[in-house]
Amino acid sequence: MSSFSLFPESASTISGQVDALFFFMVGTSLFFGLLVAILVIYMAIRYRRRAGDTGAGAEIHGNLQLEIAWSIVPFVIAMVMFYWGASVYMTMARPPDDAHEIFVVGKQWMWKLQHLEGRREINELHVPVNQPIKLTMTSEDVIHSFYVPAFRIKADAVPGRYSTAWFEATKVGTYHLFCAEYCGTEHSQMIGRIVVMEPNEFQDWLSGETTVADAGSAMVDATRSPAEIGAELFVARGCTTCHQGAAGVMGPSLAGLYGRERNFADGRSAVADEAYLRQSILEPQSQILDGYQPIMPTFKGQIDEEGLLALIQYIKTLEPNEG
Amino acid sequence: METAPKRTNYLNADYGIRSWLLTLDHKRIGILYLISITLMFLLGSLFAVLIRLELLTPAGDFVQADTYNKLFTMHGIVMIFFFLVPSIPAVLGNFLLPLMIGARDLAFPRLNLMSWYVYMVGGIFTLWAIITGGVDTGWTFYTPYSTTASHSNVLMTAVGIFITGFSSILTGLNFIVTIHTMRAPGLTWFRLPLFVWAHYATSLIMILGTPVVAITIFLVGIERAFGLGIFDPALGGDPILFQHLFWFYSHPAVYIMILPSMGVISEIITCFARKRIFGYEFIAVSSLAIAVFGFLVWGHHMFTSSQSVYAAMIFSILSFAVAIPSAVKVFNWTATLYKGSISFEAPMLFAMGFIGLFTIGGLTGLFLASLGLDVHVHDTYFVVAHFHYIMVGGALMGYLGAIHFWWPKMTGRMYSEWAAKVSAVLVFVGFNLTFFPQFVLGYLGMPRRYHAYPDEFQVLNVMSTTGASILGLGYLVPLCYLTWSLWRGPLASANPWKAAGLEWTTPSPPPTENFETTPVVEEEAYTYPLKEAEVV
Ligand code: HEC
Ligand code: HEM
Ligand SMILES: [Cu+2]
Ligand SMILES: [Cu+2]
Repeated sequence: MSSFSLFPESASTISGQVDALFFFMVGTSLFFGLLVAILVIYMAIRYRRRAGDTGAGAEIHGNLQLEIAWSIVPFVIAMVMFYWGASVYMTMARPPDDAHEIFVVGKQWMWKLQHLEGRREINELHVPVNQPIKLTMTSEDVIHSFYVPAFRIKADAVPGRYSTAWFEATKVGTYHLFCAEYCGTEHSQMIGRIVVMEPNEFQDWLSGETTVADAGSAMVDATRSPAEIGAELFVARGCTTCHQGAAGVMGPSLAGLYGRERNFADGRSAVADEAYLRQSILEPQSQILDGYQPIMPTFKGQIDEEGLLALIQYIKTLEPNEG
Repeated sequence: METAPKRTNYLNADYGIRSWLLTLDHKRIGILYLISITLMFLLGSLFAVLIRLELLTPAGDFVQADTYNKLFTMHGIVMIFFFLVPSIPAVLGNFLLPLMIGARDLAFPRLNLMSWYVYMVGGIFTLWAIITGGVDTGWTFYTPYSTTASHSNVLMTAVGIFITGFSSILTGLNFIVTIHTMRAPGLTWFRLPLFVWAHYATSLIMILGTPVVAITIFLVGIERAFGLGIFDPALGGDPILFQHLFWFYSHPAVYIMILPSMGVISEIITCFARKRIFGYEFIAVSSLAIAVFGFLVWGHHMFTSSQSVYAAMIFSILSFAVAIPSAVKVFNWTATLYKGSISFEAPMLFAMGFIGLFTIGGLTGLFLASLGLDVHVHDTYFVVAHFHYIMVGGALMGYLGAIHFWWPKMTGRMYSEWAAKVSAVLVFVGFNLTFFPQFVLGYLGMPRRYHAYPDEFQVLNVMSTTGASILGLGYLVPLCYLTWSLWRGPLASANPWKAAGLEWTTPSPPPTENFETTPVVEEEAYTYPLKEAEVV
């Protein structure tokens, strides 16, 4: 992680694909760049004005075939680059189904990371090797960007919305984590490390049985998982008054809600994903469920980003027909 | 030392500070801009020097974090809005457009003077903001940082940029009307010098794009001053909306900076290769194509901002498409050299430097247009290197070429050719040493706008700072010999380079009314070799 080199370490399933594309682009660029450079230099020498020259160049106005050729050929190559780049991007945009989820909350100037199993960390993320990890991210204040060069991934953490990124580390080791979106005074200190571990070591770490060597790091130990915290919040914030029981006295039951199609009073509809749940809690009036009254109060400004993620996680764990 | 003959020209027609500050002569207004933007360039460079000194070591030890953030912000703002956007258009466009089309002045001389005053008022606001504490938002003013979190002089800077925007708009308007209505008899569209075409395309962008950034900055001001929720999600706004609005202008703004330079290169290369331009129509029309397509690619700055994948695809494919007209220009310039009679005076060296650096800048732009790759290099030093290759290696190199090419026309004096060649070489070498290592830094993963950085990036940063010293020298040298030439330079003839073009048929420096009799144009542009009669 900290010795001079000219090429970054490659430590995720996607990084090899990005590098391959990079080398292709470097190759084509070198070809065209050198072509132009050699032609310019060659002609500068070959056609230099010599003593006694009349100082008149040949009368050439242009050549249609050439113009067409040097428009079409670069265009075709550019389209290959586009296609290649787009397909890598598609891979980056679609987390595998078996990905392990981790919550990321950026704030000036630290990264807060929350494992669904309970452990929380700051500016340091432990993950198992060879296991896809999906990051669900947001920010408490301004825009930040989660950037791990060795994995070739970057995604903005934007306040007021969730964004996602995923990676699968392929090498055990420690890698840089940077904030890549300028966010104020300590932007360049909003950095940390990704610690990639063997799966069994990771399990030990997860259950808190980490060795003393790790004790000095910035981890914040917490015993409860987001779902547990969410369950507590659900009661403490009074959600239960309306969302209690399978039938729901005043509000709908939230059991089995995640991933279902929702129909609204004004005829629109949406799928209940994280963004929808967030919106439902913060701005309930913006999407009234068909058959219900707009009585749910807004919780905007009352629950922080981590609390929201915990609530959402709790709702996601509610099986159909459960409380 | 020679003394000027007693011919009245625009410089000696009138004396005194009033005669300059109230002048309606496009040539004098060009000089006013030349002086103002040179001062701005010196200021922007001073900030760059401090940035590079800080980056010499990994620790943030030279200036404090807040200071550093202000330095790169003010460097960007001064260089872009107050130096590069007005550079070629406001100085050389102002000076040359009427001369090139055989007109007496621009269509609206008073408006032209007013544009300069508007620029100055905007500049004073921004300078005031800098003196009273500075700004730290980055030249991009991303929300909600700029509207809610920053404690610096955002509002006053925004007002300054807002005002200066009108200077661009008015200048663009003036150019468009002038090109449409004031061409000399016989000067049809396809006989226009490519410099004029380039300025036509630039002006279109100026009047269509600048209002959008003005409104955007205005909205930032409103949200900051009155807490109206437009961009800040805490107030019910959308931070990404800002990015759309900002880049809708600021991507095309890149073409405001580069298109005029491209026009310059066409003029210089034809002159020193003694050749007609290869593929005139293709170069002319590609400027317009760039101006139009340039408005459709703004989303390539937002590939990691969680915009929809499909939007990203469209912006990516269009960005690849907009690269083609630029490539076509480079190929045509190269082909123009074929069977020429090439000589290597200083302007030509700058022009050849332009081709090299712009080509690298353009090719690395493809890397950024490529979705999967941009995710990795976005907001790293790769981007910093890329846009400096375009803006400094391209646009600024073109500007220097232009200044050297038309200096005799503007001042009536020749500068030291030898010193100018040295400067061209210093700039080229220094530039590459400064910015090429930044491509490597970027791919290694060093984020931009970092006050401190991990140790392993130091070697490349030291290279970059070393290069910057050479580059700085390359810029200082012309400042000296050009100033020197004003008093000591040999007198210039009307056409020292034996160049084609109406501006070379009138004396150097030109008389206030530009031409004694309105010229009549019977030929296409760049009719090299010149007939004897034209070689004054
Ligand atoms: C005063 C009663 C009330 C309280 C308290 C209340 N809600 Fe609601 N909630 C409703 C009603 C009624 C609806 C359906 C109408 C609508 O869409 O706003 C609803 C809808 C929802 C939905 C969307 C359900 C769906 O099926 O799409 C979610 C999610 C939700 N509430 C979560 C919460 C959470 C979390 C809390 C506590 C922080 C909470 N609610 C507190 C009344 C309430
Ligand atoms: C016309 C000339 C120039 C223009 C238009 C220009 C423009 C810019 C812009 C827009 C930025 C981004 C600022 C930001 O991130 O907010 C920038 C950053 C930077 N510029 Fe320049 N620049 C010019 C010349 C130079 C020169 C000559 C140097 C070096 C000697 C230089 C060094 C830098 C550096 C190091 C940064 C990065 C700062 C950072 O991201 O931390 N620039 N420049
Ligand atoms: Cu940051
Ligand atoms: Cu752009």
